[in-house]
Parts: sequence; structure tokens; C-alpha cells
Amino acid sequence: MKNSSNETFHLPKLERQPFEPRALKSIVLSSITILSAVFACVPLFSVLIMLIYRGGKRLSFELFYALPPTAFETGGGFGNAILGTLFMVGLAALISVPFGILAAIYLAELGKYNKVAQIARFCAKTMTGLPSILAGVFAYAAVVLIMRNYSAWAGGIALSLLMIPVVMLTAEEAIKMVPQAMKDAAFGMGCTQTQSLVKVILPVAMPGLITGVVLAVARAAGETAPLLFTALFSDYWLRVNEPTASLAVLIYNYSGMPFENQIELAWAASLILVLMVFILNIISRAIGGKKRI
Amino acid sequence: MLMEAQSQQQATKTHQYDAADVVLDCQAKQIFYSDFLAVRDSHVPIVKNKITGFIGPSGCGKSTVLKSINRMNDLIRGFRFEGNVHFHGMDIYDKKVDPVSVRRNIGMVFQQPNPFSMSIYENVAFGLRLNRYKGDMDEKVEKALRGAALWDEVKNKLKNNGLSLSGGQQQRLCIARAIATEPQVLLMDEPCSALDPIATRQIEELMVQLKERFTVAIVTHNMQQAQRVADQTAFFAVDISRGGRTGYLVEMAPTAELFSNPQEELTKEYLHGEFS
Amino acid sequence: MAMKQLSGAEESHSLSRPPSSVDILFDKSFRALTCTFTWATILLLAFIVYKIGRQAIPAVSTYGLGFLTSTTWDVNAHEFGILPEIWGTLYSSFLALFLGGFFGITIAIFLTQDFLPHKLEMILKNIIELLAAIPSVVYGLWGIYVLIPLIRPVADLLHDNLGWIPFFSTSLSGPGMFPAVLVLSIMILPTVAAISQDAFRAIPHKTKEAAFGMGTTRWEAILRVMLPTASGGIFGALVLGFGRALGETMALAMLVGNANEISLSLFAPANTLAALLALNFPEAGELEASVLMYAACVLLLITLLVNIAGAAIISRTGSGGKK
Repeated sequence: MKNSSNETFHLPKLERQPFEPRALKSIVLSSITILSAVFACVPLFSVLIMLIYRGGKRLSFELFYALPPTAFETGGGFGNAILGTLFMVGLAALISVPFGILAAIYLAELGKYNKVAQIARFCAKTMTGLPSILAGVFAYAAVVLIMRNYSAWAGGIALSLLMIPVVMLTAEEAIKMVPQAMKDAAFGMGCTQTQSLVKVILPVAMPGLITGVVLAVARAAGETAPLLFTALFSDYWLRVNEPTASLAVLIYNYSGMPFENQIELAWAASLILVLMVFILNIISRAIGGKKRI
Repeated sequence: MLMEAQSQQQATKTHQYDAADVVLDCQAKQIFYSDFLAVRDSHVPIVKNKITGFIGPSGCGKSTVLKSINRMNDLIRGFRFEGNVHFHGMDIYDKKVDPVSVRRNIGMVFQQPNPFSMSIYENVAFGLRLNRYKGDMDEKVEKALRGAALWDEVKNKLKNNGLSLSGGQQQRLCIARAIATEPQVLLMDEPCSALDPIATRQIEELMVQLKERFTVAIVTHNMQQAQRVADQTAFFAVDISRGGRTGYLVEMAPTAELFSNPQEELTKEYLHGEFS
Repeated sequence: MAMKQLSGAEESHSLSRPPSSVDILFDKSFRALTCTFTWATILLLAFIVYKIGRQAIPAVSTYGLGFLTSTTWDVNAHEFGILPEIWGTLYSSFLALFLGGFFGITIAIFLTQDFLPHKLEMILKNIIELLAAIPSVVYGLWGIYVLIPLIRPVADLLHDNLGWIPFFSTSLSGPGMFPAVLVLSIMILPTVAAISQDAFRAIPHKTKEAAFGMGTTRWEAILRVMLPTASGGIFGALVLGFGRALGETMALAMLVGNANEISLSLFAPANTLAALLALNFPEAGELEASVLMYAACVLLLITLLVNIAGAAIISRTGSGGKK
């Protein structure tokens, strides 16, 4: 009886069997995975190579101080568009950074468990998914129609709508990351909530806050859709109450033009825009350290 | 220095076992995690249809040795095993051997209950489906759950998620999952450490039943547990003499013998609670 | 009584004092300020919805629901309908979801299931994230001058030989659905990959151990255990990626061809709601602007629904909720 298990016993096969379906399946699936990962990197490198190749050809100092050329002119640059982008992104940051961070403080600390905070968090998450063109439509209705003119203000406000939720949600994460023990210590010393926030929590959360802001700025700098009919475009230097040029809209407008000069400028503007965005991304990663947002 | 090393070599004493009874013979000369020497010179034979207990202070490498037996440590980066583990006349560390096949024949139950996030039924059927079992699935599932003393508690809710069970039930579900494919050896890595005393007692009773059908090796940090369930006991200790923290086998013997009449000074001290 | 004891501390040699009235005032006003901005977030979203809705009212009352099912867009005849745009939006987004989702999930698997040494894993992860950092207008430019010339021979080959399949029934004359979908999938791939990675990383190590302990091969563990366990988070990732594709504007405005027609063919030009807004708004008269606001409302509604669904799925399954 005791040997019954021995009778039905069969020696287990432990050797590798490379042509067994199981092994073949593994090989096939692994190859598909590796190939698709390689494949996904192709567009990035293709874009970068084309930017360097076609945009780099045109890179010169003239780009930064000259105004855009007219149809059959040669040369020219897009100094006004760079300035316009900087102004509008700066304006958007001025609006969205205090807005986002103050609201984030409430979400993460002061009103952690309350209904208002939950609803606001939900609204912010919803706003991150808002198509950027709708931010433009809104700014058109709320600013352009009322001021009766396209302007840098309208463009900046449209961009700020896209930045607010990003700043807010990353700042909330950053504040939540501050160890509870540290917060307890501050309260234990008799800090008021504001004091513990200003003296202890915010300084610790600072790298995370900056990371969020820089990422939001990087995102806003590349946005085109919200500017299309709020800031519009202009061939002249920045006047804040008038239509304003920006790099992104310049690329869009010039991409469809039948003039080689303009198309070259579009590539050069893309190179500069992507450089700006990449540098901002690298800065945010350097500040944020290992943490990914 | 040489003297010391030699005395330590001799310190490893393993009771002599009849080769016919030894289903799995683990000879770990050195086990590394990257540069860290975790275990050295440990020879642990696992005897058929018996429970072999691994005891020793924390960090003595008992879990490392156990996990080396079914090549679970392959998952850890930098892991290196020097020595051999004989299983049916084959060294499972041989290049020709497929670690996946090894794990299908040597089941494992882990420290933390780890059911899959799927129904109780699917958890138990998992291994059967994996091995393309073409028979009465329901019957096998029921048999495994009965074998793990869980059937009566779950027979009316087989469709519920395995994670909805209590800790002790989850662990028995994991045992059912492991025995459903009827592996020849079942390894258990501190299976009760996350459980309360009542659940622990249930699992211990279960282990005693299991040895009728399986060969069991169990790591435990609890000496009473080893005394209660194990037929053979292997005692490991940590050697800090060479700067590292290297575990090694001090002594292995039938449980009653080891506890009543330990051969080694270190074992005596440990059993008397002089260090931990 | 207690107050007295506390202020009495001043008389003893203790250095402790209660917070000054300035501290308390500052504390109160700061808290009020943060609360104000929290409310402002809610009001802002409400205001956005209200403002766009309000502008659309004239068009909604003129054209009613027929707007959604009509296929003509004629400014001079005052006839408007956005069925082709709704079709184009959904069709392009689904195709992009199919492609971008497949690549996104495989990359998430590749990056979380020990295929690569840790260092390479991080490098690849950063590269994929940089894909998301490139502005969409740059992808549009790249699409016009690199992608379209590149895929044209392939498209012609498919059309010439397999023209009887509806997907290939027209030839690619430049901009069209196919290049737009390719760029769109590149753009949603990082979103899907990032959230799916979170979902895979949220699986406890012990689950993986259990799978390997049962004797699964790596792929059996991935397909039978890891994927089902992460499925909630992955599904959420797909829904959010879909939401992104629905609202993406520039790449489509530049690549999809701006044609008011409904076609299954991948090589035919088409249009989407967002592209319609981008292309027509700058030159719209008052009536057309109101009609476009109506279209914006439809887009807002679709994306809100999809995004809320995606966020709900992710937070319910608890995986990848950090995002």
C-alpha cells in the first residue's frame, strides 16, 4: 500500500526542451515585445534627427532678433514669436502657480478629508483631460469676446487653464510625500497650521513643487491649440493688447505654406521649441530626483 | 585562521540517511547574492514522506537554502548557487535543466499568503490549467481543497475572489493551489509567520496529514513548531567570524534526537535560548 | 482655568508662550486663502462648461439635435452638421487606441517584467516619457514632411493590391486618416505605457513569487497572472489614452485632411471635432462661431464622460492611482 505512489510514479522530465510549444511561445512573445519597444523609440529619434538636420541648417542669431519674413522674402527670424511665447507662458505661470499651490495645500493638508477638497480634486483631474482646444474656446468666449480683441492676455489665460490642474495635482502629491512624522513634530512644537506649513512642510516639499511647475511650463510652452484664436499671430513685436505671435502657432502657420523659406523657419522654430521643452524636462527631473511625476 | 576554518568545516554534521529514502539531496557549497556570501557548506538531505524542518536564528540562510531547492532564487538578481541539488538523479542546477519544470515538480508555499486575484476555484485550478490537465477539473479542485482542509469553508463560495478569505484561509488556499498538481516535494517558507495561533495550529495539523502524500520541507523561526511537526530537523547558524554574515548548517538529525541530545555546542546553546 | 495656567507660564521661567495674535490672524487668513482657491478650482470648471454652453445656445436652438446627424457644412447656406466630425473623432481615436494601446501595454510589460537590467529599464522609460514631451505641433510638422512621404508607397501598394478591402478603398493623396492615426498613437502611447507600468508595479512581489513558484514560465506568469491582476489599471490607462486621443487637436488639424466625409478607408481624408474647431474658428463669423461652440460642447461632453470613466476605473481598482 505504501508503495502505491511508487508504482504510479514517473520520473519527472526536468531537461530544457527548446522546441516545446511553451518555450517557442516564450521566444515569440519576447521578440514581439522587444521589437515593439524598439519600434516605439523610432519616432522619437526620427523627430530628433529631422529637427537637427532640417532645423539645424537654419540656426543662426538672426532667428532670435529678426521679424518673420513676408511671402517671397528670404532670411528673417521669429524673435517676436519667442518673446510672445515667453510672455504668455510667464503670464500663465503667474496665474497658475499661486492658484495651483494654494489649492494643493488645502487638498493635501488643511482640508484633507473634506468634501470640498474631494470635489476640487476631481475637478482638477477632469481638467487635466480637457482637450486643449477647449481651453482656447473658453478663453475666446471669456476674454476675446469681452475685450473685443485678440491679445497676449487671452493667450496667457488660455494656457493657465492647462497649467492649473498640473501644478495643483503634482503639488498635492509633493506635499503628501512629506513624512507624517515631520508634520507631527512641527505640530508637537506648537506650530499653527500655517507655521508648520511655511516652516516645515513646504520647504521639504519644495523640490516636488518646483518639478510640477517646471513640467507644467514645459507643457504650456508647446501648446498650440489654445493660442490659435486667442493670441492669434502677428508679424510684429509684442504688444500685449494686440494679436501676439508664438513659436507654436508660427510652426503651425508656416508648416502649410508653399514657401521654402517659411518651411525652413518652421523646422528651426520646432528645434528651438523642442530644445526648450527638453531642457525644462531635464531640469524637472534633476530637481525631482528619482521621483517620476 | 586555518585552524578556525577547519574546525568550522568539521562543525557541519549531517546525520547519515539511507540513500533510498532521500528524495532530494541539497548540497549547497556556497550561495551568493552578488558579492555577498549568504550561505556556505550546508548539506541537507530531504527524506521521502517526512517533514524536514529548518530552524535557526534570523539571517542564518535557512530560507535561502529552501528557496534554492526549487530555484526560486533565480528571480533575484545577482543570485549564484555553487553546489548541487540532486533530484531523481539529476542536478537541478545543471545547465540542461529547465527551472520552470523544477518548480512544477517541487511546489512552494510562501511566508505571506499570496493567492492570485482571481476566484478560489481558479486559484486552485491554476496549476492544473498550467500543466494542461485534461480531466475532471472540479474533482481535482475539490480534492486539493479537501487536502488543504479548506473545502468545507469555501465549497459554497468557490466563485469568490481568493483575496476575500481570511489570512489563515488564504494560506490554506495557497497550500491547496500547491498540492493540486501533486508535486513530489512541497517547500514551505515560514508558512505560519503571518498567521494567528489558531490558524497556525490548523496549518500544523494539515502538514502532518500532508506528509502521507508529499515530502515536506519547512522553514520555521519557531522551535516549538519544529518540535511539533518535523521528523528531521536541520539547525542553521550565522558565522560572523569572517566579517560577513554567512549562514551554514550546524547539525541535522531526527527531531527528537536533535532536541534531546544535540551533538554541537552551538545547537545546545541555541536550544537553551542562550542566543537568538 | 486652563488659559490662565498657560499665560501664567510667562511669569515662570519657561520660554513657551501662546501664538501671538498676528500668528493666529495669519494662520486664519492663510487657511481661508487656500480654501478660496480650492473653491475656485470647482467654480473654474463650472465656469468653463457654462461659458462654452452659453455661447452655443443660439446654435443649439437653431439646429437642435439634427446638428449631430447632418453631414453638410455650408457657411453660405447656413447649414451645419457634425456627423462626419463625430465619426472622424471616434474612428481616429479607436484606431489610435488600438495601435497605441498595444504598444503601450507591451512596453509596460517590457519595462516591468525583468526583461532589462535596471539601468536600461530607466533609460528606456525616460525615452518613452520624452515622446510625450514633444509638442503636438512638432509631430504635425514631422507628419507632413517625413511620415506622409514615407508611408505613401506602402499605402499605394495596399490600395492597388487590396483595394477591395474597405480600409484600403481609396488612395492616399497626402493628408488622411492613416498618418493622423499613426501620430495620434505615438502621442497616446506614453500615457498608456506610464499608467500600465504603475498598474504592473502595484502588484505585490509575492504574487509574482506565487506564479513562479507554481512553475510558470515568464510569459505564463505575465499572461495568466500579471495581466489579469493589473487589468483594472490597464483598462483605466486605455480609457484615459482614448480621452487624450479624442481631444488631440494640432496633429489632426495638420494631418487628417479636413474633409467633411465619412469613410472607412484609412487613406481617405477626414476631419475631427477638435480639428474642425482649430481650422474654422479663426475665420468664423458670428453664426459660425456659435455653431462651433455647439461642436465644442459636444467634444466637451464626450471627453468629460470618457475621462471621468477612466479616472473612476483607476481609482476603484487602486492601481496606478498615484498618477
